[in-house]
Amino acid sequence: MLITALNGLAAAATLFLLASGLTVIFGATRIVNFAHGSLYMLGAYLGWSILARLPHTPWGFALGAVATMAALALFGALLEIGLLRRIYRAPELFQLLATFGVVLMVQDVVQHLWGPAELSLPRPPWLRGFVLLGGARYPRFDLIVIAVFPVLLGALWLGFTRTRWGVLVRAATQDRDMLAALGVDQRLLFTSVFALGAALAGLAGILALPDGSADLTMDLSAVTDAFVVVVVGGLGSLSGAALASLLLGMLQSFGVLWLPRASLVLAFAAMAMVLALRPNGLLGRPLAGRGVGEVVAFIRPAPRALRLAGWFALGAAACAPLILGPYALSVLMEMLIAMLFAASLHLMMGPGGMPSFGHAAWFGIGAYAAALAVHALAAPLPLALPAAVLLAAFAAAAFGWFVVRLSGVYLAMLTLAFAQICWAIAFQWGDVTGGDNGILGVWPGLGVRGFYWLVLALCAGGTLLLRRVLAAPFGHALRASRDSSLRAEAIGLDTGRLRLAAFTLAGAAAGLAGGLYAFAEGSVFPTYISLQRSVDALLMVLLGGVQTISGPILGAFAYTGLYDTLLSLTDYWRFVLGAMIIVLVLAFPQGLAGVRLPGAAR
Amino acid sequence: MSVLRVERLRKSFGGVQAVRDVSFAVEAGEMLALIGPNGAGKSTCFNMLNGQLRPDAGHIDIAGRDTAGLPPRAVWRLGVGRTFQITATFASMSVRENVQLALLSQHREVWRLWRPAAARHAAAAEALLAQVGLAAQAGRAAAVLAYGDLKRLELAIALANAPRLLLMDEPTAGMAPTERVAQMRLVRDLASARGLAVLFTEHDMDVVFGLADRILVMNRGALIAEGNGEAIRAHPEVRAVYLGTGATSGGH
Amino acid sequence: MSSMARITRRGLLAGGTALLAAPAILRAQGEQPIRIGEINSYSAVPAFTLPYRNGWQLAVAHINAAGGVLGRKLEVLSRDDAGKPQDAVRLAGELVDSDHVDLLAGGFLSNVGLALSDFSKQHQKLYIAGEPLTDALVWQDGQPFCFRLRPSTYVQAAMLVEEAAKLPAKRWVSVAPNYEYGQSAVKWFQQLLKAKRPDVEFVAAQWPALGHIDAAAVAGALEAAKPEAIYNVLFGADLTNFVRQGNTRGLFEQRAVVSVLTGEPDYLDPLGEETPEGWIVTGYPWNSLKTPEHMKFLDAYQAKFNTHPMMGSVVGYTLLQSIAAGIARAGGTATAKMVEGFSGAGFASPFGAASYRPIDHQSTLGTFVGKLALKDGKGVMVDWRYVDGAGVMPSNAEVAKLRPNTP
Repeated sequence: MLITALNGLAAAATLFLLASGLTVIFGATRIVNFAHGSLYMLGAYLGWSILARLPHTPWGFALGAVATMAALALFGALLEIGLLRRIYRAPELFQLLATFGVVLMVQDVVQHLWGPAELSLPRPPWLRGFVLLGGARYPRFDLIVIAVFPVLLGALWLGFTRTRWGVLVRAATQDRDMLAALGVDQRLLFTSVFALGAALAGLAGILALPDGSADLTMDLSAVTDAFVVVVVGGLGSLSGAALASLLLGMLQSFGVLWLPRASLVLAFAAMAMVLALRPNGLLGRPLAGRGVGEVVAFIRPAPRALRLAGWFALGAAACAPLILGPYALSVLMEMLIAMLFAASLHLMMGPGGMPSFGHAAWFGIGAYAAALAVHALAAPLPLALPAAVLLAAFAAAAFGWFVVRLSGVYLAMLTLAFAQICWAIAFQWGDVTGGDNGILGVWPGLGVRGFYWLVLALCAGGTLLLRRVLAAPFGHALRASRDSSLRAEAIGLDTGRLRLAAFTLAGAAAGLAGGLYAFAEGSVFPTYISLQRSVDALLMVLLGGVQTISGPILGAFAYTGLYDTLLSLTDYWRFVLGAMIIVLVLAFPQGLAGVRLPGAAR
Repeated sequence: MSVLRVERLRKSFGGVQAVRDVSFAVEAGEMLALIGPNGAGKSTCFNMLNGQLRPDAGHIDIAGRDTAGLPPRAVWRLGVGRTFQITATFASMSVRENVQLALLSQHREVWRLWRPAAARHAAAAEALLAQVGLAAQAGRAAAVLAYGDLKRLELAIALANAPRLLLMDEPTAGMAPTERVAQMRLVRDLASARGLAVLFTEHDMDVVFGLADRILVMNRGALIAEGNGEAIRAHPEVRAVYLGTGATSGGH
Repeated sequence: MSSMARITRRGLLAGGTALLAAPAILRAQGEQPIRIGEINSYSAVPAFTLPYRNGWQLAVAHINAAGGVLGRKLEVLSRDDAGKPQDAVRLAGELVDSDHVDLLAGGFLSNVGLALSDFSKQHQKLYIAGEPLTDALVWQDGQPFCFRLRPSTYVQAAMLVEEAAKLPAKRWVSVAPNYEYGQSAVKWFQQLLKAKRPDVEFVAAQWPALGHIDAAAVAGALEAAKPEAIYNVLFGADLTNFVRQGNTRGLFEQRAVVSVLTGEPDYLDPLGEETPEGWIVTGYPWNSLKTPEHMKFLDAYQAKFNTHPMMGSVVGYTLLQSIAAGIARAGGTATAKMVEGFSGAGFASPFGAASYRPIDHQSTLGTFVGKLALKDGKGVMVDWRYVDGAGVMPSNAEVAKLRPNTP
């Protein structure tokens, strides 16, 4: 029991190390830094290289830790100056997109510099030591990690309350404009905060070495952990992050004893429960309205030229099977399905004002519903597709009922949690879902052409239907709820129900896309619900532009084409894709569809 | 029968009593001004009247129905229009679409998914905009309107469901002095023509004393005076609050 | 604007491919080369797929230097599936439709292997799986167009059961990543061990999420069950974490540990001086395997890549050797002919001779079972023996039951 509690404390300390940097950065700059896991990974790799050159003594380790933190601080500062500083005024999700570009680039850079193999640090005897506690051996290093927790928390607390710098940072957290009015140089302040956050990530990275190793997958698994802690604790709240780390660390440690199969689900379930009860996390305060500088664009119906172009494209797509071979058709189908998927996310994010990091959940539920209908019930396609739509819609409605009252990052994080739970079920519950082997043999029973036309009809039809809905009174009412829920309620609109309906509709459309995808690929896999898939959808919408209705269509085609091309063009496709994302964000902060001549089409 | 009758309304936040036992009534066609220094409880009062806040105690009777505890959208359905101290309009829509949406809501058509919204109630929206002098701006984005025009747009939206009661929280704040009187004169005419009851808060005393039929004065959560302009001007407690020690300031 | 950009990119891509293809065209003026469409998770699991790529590149060089197959050169068109089965299927479509490859090969992840197998069935193209371990590939979802090289999860577990049954231990615990591979590795091990030793019992099981282990908690939970022996299926970073926690806490002292794949250099190298001595493992003792066929491979590999081979290197090398042998036996590249030719085709490997079984298209390539030891601060396998895959397979009657689609 004592040992289990200590294990929990060590896990809590590790989580806090990861999360403190993230929450500090968010608190001051309001940036959701997806690249925090990459900073952590860099810390581990850099730390490995530095420690290999230092004496293997406690002092050598301490020196290495300081050097790693300094290097990461420098890297963080450069990142802030080179990239983030330029996008503070961009919408939140664009900032997120930019930091995701950094994630992709760092992955390839690290692999290039350190090689693909897992790197472990040889442990000198002092790191292998243990103490005897009640007859059981407990690693001495884990005690050091546990000790770091209160020391770090105390140091950060003192730094933020007792220094002029800390006071200014806290002031920036509460009111940026006021601080600017007082003549404080915010740029320097934000750079220093970012450097501090990066240094903390670096410390977490180097402290992960003695118990494990540096490997190329640690970035994304760390950043999801850190997100969960920060969201449970309340965004930007240091004490909240500490409390959440304790809670989740203990849950992890005791959960392994009681529910060894559910370790992945437990943390996300805890997060969902906390947010359902306390929408701003344990110690978080409500965030002020929408992100700074988020402009709500004036939406106009598409002009004639664009509509003509759209119908022309549709006609061309309908004729495609007469000219193209099966492979080209399968690529087109993939693009069409991506278009419907992106359009459904756009409905939620854009007019619905509900950003989602877990949109793959509905896509995946649709895909699995179709596959299971075919497999377990031997249902043909005309039954399996409606099953996909209905199940996704039902799941979205049930989940949406809990989350539509949340907003912004919290909503995004809760959707992420739900998607991760769905993924864990698909990945781990082998008896029903086939686990990572998936479900095979889900073929449509139509010829390639016939199925292509079906996909075209349903995806183009579905996308047009969503557009139609947006132009209908319901779409206006939905946008009204986003623009000003105060005014919307004051003219009799039930904003909660409108948002829930939009959530359900988006879920249904994504479910249809998922069902079609299952038949197009002939199989379903947990990768359909992965974080990567959700991010793909976000990239499509954001590349195309959230503010325009034609944006997601353009974005889906551009992103799918870009990804497919890069994948076959270069081993370093992640680096190139990441760099392109960053350039796009810096050059066109309103998305591709925002690039247009004055007065021209949307 | 009064359009609005408020009895012993009460609300506190934490330990602070924001509104204490406030009672009053507004009649059809009447313009009633609610004034008082900052923090007197006027906005809290307003927010309870249209349902944004739930009163701790007391009754709010609108057209014979107790609305305490009803959400804003239900209160609106009873014929209560509202404008906000800081304007709240739909920035992604045109001026006309803003009004059209209120009309769609009034006709219970917002759950329609098929026919474009643009075609619905356009003429009625134009008429409302003409009434507040915004006809020329109908096609522009609401987001680019001047502040005074936004206030007018809010008025047009509030009038869309042919309300019997109009709640206006500082309807002329941010407008030029000449605009203020014109705006409230428009409201005055509407009130008279349609038998509309209007309750408004206002810092501009020219507007208050020039146009209100009756005036309520609040201070520290309680109603301290009620009457026509002359009576209020002469009221000792009001004089003390506004002209007194300076501890409480009247704003403008 | 964006469509312009896309056209340009496509143009560039087409130009680039033509440029790359040009020497191949010149070279093969007399005979068209045999084209192999190869797909693997190069960017998603580089630690395993890059040595694998070295392996097959070496084999292609060897085969082509020796005159190719049926007088034709081998040409490999390699693609990265980024770890996603859906991308693997799309790329397979491109390779088959646009590049007109004669057969498909590759796969590391089980799901990619299954997806490619399903594709090969739909499109009646031959697919030779190299790495994927899942039993489903040749059994539940087995189909005539798919062959698989590596010993499967079942075979790995069965080999270890032979050793585990000799141990006195009765109280067992297991730890495995919570997904199909870990689940079937545990299922087979329990089933086969209980058949041999009805007196053993499995008293606890830990199922950490893949890549997400809380090693301290897992080690603590296993310790709490007071086992006499531990069966481990963890690998990669999870394994490193687990071994370190276990070492410090004394979890492996006075206990037998039986562990799948841990003797492969891919997983053994990161353990370094923490390599737990005495673990019974399957693996690849590259530095003590002195057979002529392995020495030849080892020398050539080290000369070309300046590093020692991994298990993946052997798989990549042998995959291409087996393909060459299969095509040679088939006498042509028509799919039906090749399916017939590969069935029962014998081929050479650094581990010795093996063949593709006609009954389930699984190769008889075996692996090594031995013990872990420390030598100069590095983990090595000692007391190993080679176990031929053919020896540990279930009986033909059982295989027929496990493989419903066999004609």
